[in-house]
Amino acid sequence: MRVSEAILQAEGLRKGFPGVQALDGVDLSLRSGEVHVLLGENGAGKSTLIKMLSGAYHPDEGRVLMDGRQVDIRTAGDAQRLGISTIYQEFNLVPELSVAENLSLGRPPRRFGFIDKSAMVRQAGELLARVGVDVDPRMPIARLGIARMQMVEIAKALALNARVLIMDEPTAVLTTSEVDMLFEIVRQLRDQGVAIAFITHHLEEIAAIGDRVTVLRDGRSVAEVPADTSQDELVRLMVGRPIDQQFPRRPAELGEPLLKVSDLSRRGAFDDISFEVRAGEVVGVAGLVGAGRTEVARAIFGADRYDAGEVAVRGRRLPPADVHAAMEAGLGLVPEDRKGQGLVLSADIGENLGLVTMRDATRAGFVDRKGQRRAAAKVADQLAIRMTGLDQEVRTLSGGNQQKVVIGKWLVADAGVLILDEPTRGVDVGAKVEIYQLINALTDSGHAVLMISSDLPEILGMSDRILVMARGRLVGELPAAEATQDGVMALAVTDVEGSRAQ
Amino acid sequence: MRSNVLPRRSPAAAWLAENGAVAALVVLVVALSLLSSDFLSLTNLLNVGVQAAVTAILAFGSTFVIVTGGIDLSVGSVAALSAITLAWTATEAGVAWPVAVVVALAVGVAAGLVNASLIAYGKLPPFIATLAMLGIARGLALVISQGSPIPMPDAVSRLGDTIGRYLPVPVIVMVVMGVIAAVILNRTYAGRAMYAIGGNEEAARLSGIKVDRQKLITYGLSGGFAAVAGIVLASRLASAQPQAAAGYELDAIAAVVIGGASLSGGKGRALGTFVGALILAVLRNGLNLLSVSAFWQQVVIGVVIALAVLVDTLRRRGTN
Repeated sequence: MRVSEAILQAEGLRKGFPGVQALDGVDLSLRSGEVHVLLGENGAGKSTLIKMLSGAYHPDEGRVLMDGRQVDIRTAGDAQRLGISTIYQEFNLVPELSVAENLSLGRPPRRFGFIDKSAMVRQAGELLARVGVDVDPRMPIARLGIARMQMVEIAKALALNARVLIMDEPTAVLTTSEVDMLFEIVRQLRDQGVAIAFITHHLEEIAAIGDRVTVLRDGRSVAEVPADTSQDELVRLMVGRPIDQQFPRRPAELGEPLLKVSDLSRRGAFDDISFEVRAGEVVGVAGLVGAGRTEVARAIFGADRYDAGEVAVRGRRLPPADVHAAMEAGLGLVPEDRKGQGLVLSADIGENLGLVTMRDATRAGFVDRKGQRRAAAKVADQLAIRMTGLDQEVRTLSGGNQQKVVIGKWLVADAGVLILDEPTRGVDVGAKVEIYQLINALTDSGHAVLMISSDLPEILGMSDRILVMARGRLVGELPAAEATQDGVMALAVTDVEGSRAQ
Repeated sequence: MRSNVLPRRSPAAAWLAENGAVAALVVLVVALSLLSSDFLSLTNLLNVGVQAAVTAILAFGSTFVIVTGGIDLSVGSVAALSAITLAWTATEAGVAWPVAVVVALAVGVAAGLVNASLIAYGKLPPFIATLAMLGIARGLALVISQGSPIPMPDAVSRLGDTIGRYLPVPVIVMVVMGVIAAVILNRTYAGRAMYAIGGNEEAARLSGIKVDRQKLITYGLSGGFAAVAGIVLASRLASAQPQAAAGYELDAIAAVVIGGASLSGGKGRALGTFVGALILAVLRNGLNLLSVSAFWQQVVIGVVIALAVLVDTLRRRGTN
């Protein structure tokens, strides 16, 4: 490992927003040729910090130095000129344009005033080769998978001659093998002398890729430690107290089957899916991204149609593609895409929590808003949502608290069967454990939970029974007590005979 | 995170910052009363109210649609069609006037339902569906009337009168429709569903809101409000004119947007829309009093619309 002097240094950064002090004294030093992990719970200030380094926000106090000289980063252009590139979770790519066009966006190679297409494709090819990704530069971005889009983002940062690369939870959306590929690229860039700030919630990734770790808590940098610090110690630094158990699953007494899925199929998506979930049970669904897990969950809930098979709740068959009927029967879905499908971001917390029960709280067309408010207040309290009040916009909540709101609306409705699709993605350690405890409380009171997750330790730690999907089919079922990560992975990568359902 | 680190603004200042349109209206009224001695007279203010009424009623209907993230370009044409329908059924077809009023309202609602069906079931963008209806409704108004004005029944024309010496009926209708709009938006299931759909249609659907049905209600309401506006306008003129209210849909949208609604949906209030309509009317009235040419008036109003939304955008950027 090459260690050199800091190229980027932040000292005493402070930033306040109305009602909130988001950053309250943060120091950070990035050396060239290191992978520096930024660790902290949601709301600890990581996003604010990187937005400051990339020119989206300007600090109220404190200073930023590049190569020892103070710099003033006011716009994204300033950051770019200084060689700071940021890869956000939401990519900055134009889906309709080709890879090459995206890579040269805003400064395409020109010849006689016209865009020089062949030069553009050639340059793109060189950049893509540097990140070691095999993509045709003429392919439209929209046709790439998420992992490849991310590689294109990295290539774009290289095109700008980035000396500092900030990556905001790059692994959150990737499968295990894609993560390995990403790490390979990150190591390459590090060896080329790029300073990399890497945000992740996966503690096991820290030792694998990181050199040093800066821990943020409540808007302050509380520690800078080597990446081989133990996970327990990192958690303690991050939440300010030790967390005794990462996966506090407490099996409940099993009752009758609440959800029964029989021979569910949709052409091109999933085939012949049958399983049941009993009262008090957590059934985990593992599999690779694209195995059809989300599709099955949405079909069960009536969000999408299916071609054959049936779904029954408490023995009563549900009509297909009817969300309303599914809800009436006691199903609830916490979708994978929290912001896109779970929340009305422009509305406040109370309104979001009451969304599902609004119909039942309506008499003669009028909504009993006081009653709705009371019910929301109770659930917000039960979930310990950190907020200024029920009238706070959900847009301004941290990821963990937003997820609590999505789950909360089904608690207000007292859904008997909850389908949780990636319930802890982008959620910090503290809020994760709170969500797990909530799952315990639900199963204790006789609810059934179907939990899709790509986080294997979570699947193993929180399920009573594990279903594994591959290429649109159920390929295995394991009692959680006997399952191992390797065992589940081996099933998840099975090549199903006849491949995907035709 | 800690709260309350920033100095608190006084409640009045905070309220004004939240309701920038009201502040703008106040500034406008103060400025005009200084510039023109006629402005603050009761007669003139009531005149402003009458001028605002039709736009405001249309705009209340448009508020529903804009809150859901849609747009309704057909309201001006639908207003004219409804008024023509009323006048034609009452005078040419000889139907009793209360029945004619009901038919006219039904025509407005029906136009809205057609819009909604094209949008919800035909998956047309609202802009296109209502642009088509803009042409269809205007064309039907011309077909029915054969291009000529039709006198309104006397009983209905009283809607354009003044009660006692001072109180113009259009102003009363405007206030009543405004209160109805506010109640629908704030208190009813339909109204709350509009905000949810405009904020995030997919999340609303996955929370059990029947989005298609709610869109029918939304555009139906918009059509119904347009019919009321058309009847009020025709009553003031004592005749229904097939070319009436042409271009009013743009004033209605401007009023909604000046009132603080977002064209991307999820935001908007009846009171804001009311203030937006008043700003437009006060501005036109004031410019007339100051003898500004009608040509320049258009320029000024365009600038005001841009400024209103610009200020709002900047304010939001400041707080985010």
